[in-house]
Amino acid sequence: MLYAKHMLNSLLSRYPRSQTRHDELLETSGKPRQHWQTLLETIEHEPPLQMRQRVDAVRRQVRENGVTYNVYADTKGVQRPWDLDVLPFILPHEEWAQIEAAVVQRATLINAILNDIYGPQTILSEGLLPPSLIHGHAGFLRPCHGIQHPDNVALHTYAVDLARSPNGRWWVVADRTQAPSGAGYTLENRQVIASAFPELFRDLNIQRLSGYFAAMRDSLNHWGRLCAEKQSQANPQIPPLSQGEQPLTVILTPGPYNETYHEQSYLAGYLGFPLVQGSDMTVRNGVVWLKTLSGLKPVHVILRRLDDDFCDPLELNADSILGVAGLTDAARRGNVLVANSLGSNLLQSGALLGFLPSLCNRFLGESLLMPSVATWWCGEPQALETVIANLGKLVIKPAFPQIRETPIFGEDLTPAQRTALITKLRTNPQNYVAQELVQISQAPVWDNNSSHGIKALAVGLRVYACATPQGYVVMPGGLTRVASGLDGRVITMQRGGTSKDTWVTAPAAVSSLSLVRRTTSSKDLVRDNTHLSSRMVENLFWFGRYTVRNNHTARLLRTAIHYLLEFSPEHRAVEWPTVHGLCIWYGLMPADDDEGEDEYSLAPPSLSDEEIELLLIAAVFSDETPSLAGNIQQLFQLAFNLRERLSTDNWRIINQMAQSFSTASKQPNLTEALAHLDDTTTSLVTLAGFTLDGMTRDQGWRFLSIGRRIERLQFLCTLLLRALTMPPQSNLDWLLELTDSIVTYRARYSAQPEWLPVLDLLLMDENNPNAMVFQLKGLIKYLTQISTNYQGGGGEGRFIQRLAELRAMDPDVVLNHGSPQLIKWLNETYQASIAISDQLSLRFFSYSGIQQEFQYS
Amino acid sequence: MRYHVLHKTQYDYERTATLSQQLLHMTPRDFQYQNCHFHQLTVNPLANELDRTFDYFGNIIHHLSVFTPHKTLIVESESNIELLPRPVLPDLQHSSPWDIVKHRLNQQGANFADAAAYLYDSPNVSCNSKLAAYALPSFNAGRPLLDAAYDLTQRIYKEFEFDPEATDVATPLTEVLEGKRGVCQDFAHLMIGCLRSMGLSCRYVSGYILTTPPAGRERLIGADASHAWVSVYCPTYGWVDFDPTNNCLVNNEHITVAWGRDFSDVSPMRGVVLGGGKQSLDVSVTVTPVFDQLKLTGLVA
Repeated sequence: MLYAKHMLNSLLSRYPRSQTRHDELLETSGKPRQHWQTLLETIEHEPPLQMRQRVDAVRRQVRENGVTYNVYADTKGVQRPWDLDVLPFILPHEEWAQIEAAVVQRATLINAILNDIYGPQTILSEGLLPPSLIHGHAGFLRPCHGIQHPDNVALHTYAVDLARSPNGRWWVVADRTQAPSGAGYTLENRQVIASAFPELFRDLNIQRLSGYFAAMRDSLNHWGRLCAEKQSQANPQIPPLSQGEQPLTVILTPGPYNETYHEQSYLAGYLGFPLVQGSDMTVRNGVVWLKTLSGLKPVHVILRRLDDDFCDPLELNADSILGVAGLTDAARRGNVLVANSLGSNLLQSGALLGFLPSLCNRFLGESLLMPSVATWWCGEPQALETVIANLGKLVIKPAFPQIRETPIFGEDLTPAQRTALITKLRTNPQNYVAQELVQISQAPVWDNNSSHGIKALAVGLRVYACATPQGYVVMPGGLTRVASGLDGRVITMQRGGTSKDTWVTAPAAVSSLSLVRRTTSSKDLVRDNTHLSSRMVENLFWFGRYTVRNNHTARLLRTAIHYLLEFSPEHRAVEWPTVHGLCIWYGLMPADDDEGEDEYSLAPPSLSDEEIELLLIAAVFSDETPSLAGNIQQLFQLAFNLRERLSTDNWRIINQMAQSFSTASKQPNLTEALAHLDDTTTSLVTLAGFTLDGMTRDQGWRFLSIGRRIERLQFLCTLLLRALTMPPQSNLDWLLELTDSIVTYRARYSAQPEWLPVLDLLLMDENNPNAMVFQLKGLIKYLTQISTNYQGGGGEGRFIQRLAELRAMDPDVVLNHGSPQLIKWLNETYQASIAISDQLSLRFFSYSGIQQEFQYS
Repeated sequence: MRYHVLHKTQYDYERTATLSQQLLHMTPRDFQYQNCHFHQLTVNPLANELDRTFDYFGNIIHHLSVFTPHKTLIVESESNIELLPRPVLPDLQHSSPWDIVKHRLNQQGANFADAAAYLYDSPNVSCNSKLAAYALPSFNAGRPLLDAAYDLTQRIYKEFEFDPEATDVATPLTEVLEGKRGVCQDFAHLMIGCLRSMGLSCRYVSGYILTTPPAGRERLIGADASHAWVSVYCPTYGWVDFDPTNNCLVNNEHITVAWGRDFSDVSPMRGVVLGGGKQSLDVSVTVTPVFDQLKLTGLVA
C-alpha cells in the first residue's frame, strides 16, 4: 500500500486543513472519514488520466444536455452553462436519517402554520406571531384565505437550505416554500455523475432519486383525481375520469427567460407533465382549461413555478400578464390543485425563523429537531437593538422575498456605510432580518487547474421534500452548492457557483428497480398526446420551417461561395446574377438601394470580389437575422421552447450547431465559412433524420412536417421562378446542388443538365423527396388528417388543385426555360403556401380563435 | 333614512372583446348601521357566470364572466338601503389618548385582531416620514384619538383642493401631498397614510354619498358619484368614520359598499378583458332618498 499512501498524499497535497470550519472529508486527525474512503481509494488506484477523462466527460455531458442557468431574467438573457463538480458530496445513511427526520418535521410544521394563517389564525389570536409578520407581509394573499386543501396539504413541495456549523451540526439557513427550484438540476447532476463513476455508484450502494419523484407524481395524481370529481359534480358536462385515466397535471412556467427554465422543461419531460404558460390556460365556470389543439381540456393539478401573486390577474396582482385570470376562484372551488398553494410564499421569510421553536411546540407538540441559524427579525424593537449592537458579526437580509436586496455583511462595512445601514434599519425595521455569520463546512472539490488534486470549498445543501397523503417524503440526496471562490459566505448559483451531486448511502442493498412499479392495462394506453397546447403546436410548426430554411440558407451560401472561389469576375458564369439575386431575396446580401420596390426584379449591385467575400462571410456568421448564424439562433430558441418534446439526441445536435457559431474565430475566412456550412448541413440532415425516424406521428409531428413542407415548397417556387428567367444558356448544376438532387440526376443522365430532365426531377418526380410533387402530396395528406381530426380547417383543397394542375401539364410543352404557364403556376403555388400558413395560425395557433369556439368536450 | 341607489358602469371598447372576467365590489354590505333590503345586478350582454361570495374583509363580491363577443359592457347595480342612526359623539374629547392607543395596538396586537389587519402598509398606501410630519400638528401628546382624527379631517379639507383633473387612480400619495389637490379617493388614502404613519389603525371605505343640491334646485340625476372615506379604530368606540372630502363625521348620508386596507381591496370593478383594444369608461351613481322617490311616483302627497 506504499503506492496508495503516496498517491493519497499527492491527491490531498493541496487540500487545506481548516481550524474554523467543519471538514466534510477529513477527521480532526487528518484521516479521511470512512464514507469518503472508497472514493479516494478509487481515484488513488487508477492512472491520473482516468480522472481527466471523467472531468471531460462531465463537462461534455453538461454542455450537450444543454444544462443552463439563465443569469439575467430578460430577453437578452445570458445562458450560463451549469457548473458541476465531478466529485459527489457523500453522506452516510446514519447522518442522513437525522436530516431526513428534521426536514419532515419542518415541512409538517410549515404546512400547519400555512393552514392556520389561511384559516383560523390562532397563531395571531394566541399571540404566537407578531401581527405585522402576517398583516404587514406583502406575501399574505388575502383572497387565498379560507381555501380548503385536500388532506390539509398547502405545502406540496418544500426545500430547505442547510449548512453545517463548526461543531458538526446541521443548521437551517433558509426555507423555500414558494416554488422550490433545483430538484430538476439534482436529477441531471445525478445522471451525469453516476455515469462518471458507474462502479463506485453501485459499490457504495447509493440511494436512488426516482422513488421520490414517483411519490410526488402519485400524490399529485391522487389529489388531481379529487379535483376531477369536484369538476364533474359541479359541471355535468365534464365526464368523470375513467378508471385508469390520469388526471391532467401541468407545470406552469413564467417562460423561457426565467432563470431556471431549463430545469423546468427537464422536469416536465421527466415527469411527463406538459410545460405550459399562463396564456395556455383559461378559466370557465371555475374550471381551469388547457387550450389544446383538440379544444379545451380540464386541468386538475398545476405545479407552479410562477410566483403565487403573479398567478391570477383577476384576484391577485392585477399587473401580471403571466397568470391565469380566475385561477384563485378555481382553487377555492376545489376544481384545481395549485401546488404549492397560492399564498405559500408568505412563509419563505427569514423573519419566521426565530419563532419556529415555539410554534413547533404549539402545533406539533415536540421540539424542533434542527435549529435555524440564529436570526433576529428587526421588526421587534429589542431584536433591532441587539442587531445594531452586533452589526459586525451579522449578515443583514431582506425579511420578505418581495424585497429584492442582496445580503449585506456587517464586517465589510465602512463607518459611513454602517451608519447608512443603521438608518435604513431604523426606518423600516420590519423589512430586515439579521443572521449570525456561520462558518459553514468545507468539502472536497476537484481542482481542474492543478494536474491532479483536490481543493476545499465551502458547501451548502438544499434538501427537498414533497407531500403525500400519508405525510412528507424527503428526496434521498439533494443539490449541494459550492461557494464561488474564496468567499465562503455566499452560495448562489446566480453568481456563478458550482453544484455537486449528493450521494446518500443506503443502509441495505438498494434494488436497481427502485421505481414504484405500476401496472398499465390496455385501456390505459395513450395513443396520442391530446394535451398538446396551441403554443406548443405553433412552436413545432416553426421548428419544422426553420430546420428546412436553415438547410436552404446553408446550401445557398455554399453555392455562392463556390462561384466566388471557382471563377474570376470576368469568367463568372451567366447564372451568377441569379444566385446573387437569391441571396438578396433571402436577405443574406444587401440589395442595391437605388433599385425600385419590386423585389422580383432586384438587380444585384455590382460588387468587387473582396466586397462579395466580406458580405458572404457576414451572411454566415453575423448575429443578425437573416444570416445563417441568426437563423440557427432562431431555431435554437424554438427548440428551447420545445425542450421537453425533444430527445436528448435531438437536443445535442441543435445545441452543438448553435454553439459552433459562438466558438467561431473573430475574423473568419471563406475556408472556415465553408467548413461551417458543411457541418451545419450535416447536422440539419441528422436532425431531419431524427424527425423522420425518432418522433411519434402525433398531431404535433404533423404540424412540424407541414412546416417543413411549406418551407420547401416556398423555396422551390422562389428558386424556379428565378431560374426560369435567367439566360437560357445557363448551367443548371447549381440548381440541382441547391435542391440536393445532383446525385440522382447524374445517376440517371450522364450528360450536362438540361431544362426538361432537370425540371421534371424538381417538379414531377414522385420519388424525389425534394420535388414539388412530393411536397404537395405530403401537405395534402397531413392537412387532410388535420381536417378530419378537427372538423375542417386544414385547407387541403387548394393544394389538391395545385397538384391536379401540375399533373395535367404536358412536360414537352411546359417544362421549358421561360415557360409562361409554369411561371403562372409557380406564382399561384407560392401564394397558396403563404395563405395556408396564415390560415393555420388563425385556426390553430391563435388563442382567441379557440376561445370563441369554447366547448366542453 | 332609506335610499335607493343606482350605480351604472359602462365600458365601451374600440374593438370586439371576446372574453371579460370581472371582480365586482358593488353590493352594499350589511353591518351595525346599515341594512341592504334589496340588491340586483343587471349585466348587458347577459352574464355567462355571476357568482356571489365574500372577500377576506367580509364584503360581498361577485365574479362576473361574459363570453359573448361585445363592444359595450354595462353593469347596473341597484339597491335599497336603510341607514340606522350612528351614536352621536358629542364629545370627541372622551376617547383615549392617541399615543396610548398606538402603544396598545402595536404591543398587544393579539387583543385587537380586527384592528391589527389595518395597521400596516397596503398596496396603495405606504407609510413614510413625510406623511407622519403632515399629521403631527394634529397629534400632540395625549390628545384624544378621535379629536385628533377630526382635526386631521378638517385640515385635509381646508388645505387640499378638490380637483378631478389633478390626479388619476395611479397618482402616488407623495404627489398628492405635494400638489395639495385630488379627489375623495386621494384624500382618503392621504388620511389613511397619515394615521398609519402615526401607528394607528384605519380602513378605507367605499360607498356613495347623497350630494345635497343647491338650495331651490332639484337634485341632478347621475350627479352623485362613487365616494370614499376613512374609518378609524378607537378602543371602546370601535370604528368611527370620517369624511375628509366633506369635512364631516359620517352619519346618515353615507352609504357603505365595502371596506378594506385601501382602494385596491375594494375597487368596484376590476378585471381582465381579451381583445377590445382601447376602452372608455363611464360611471354614474344616483342616490335618491326613498321619500323623494315616492313623491315622484305620486305615492305620497
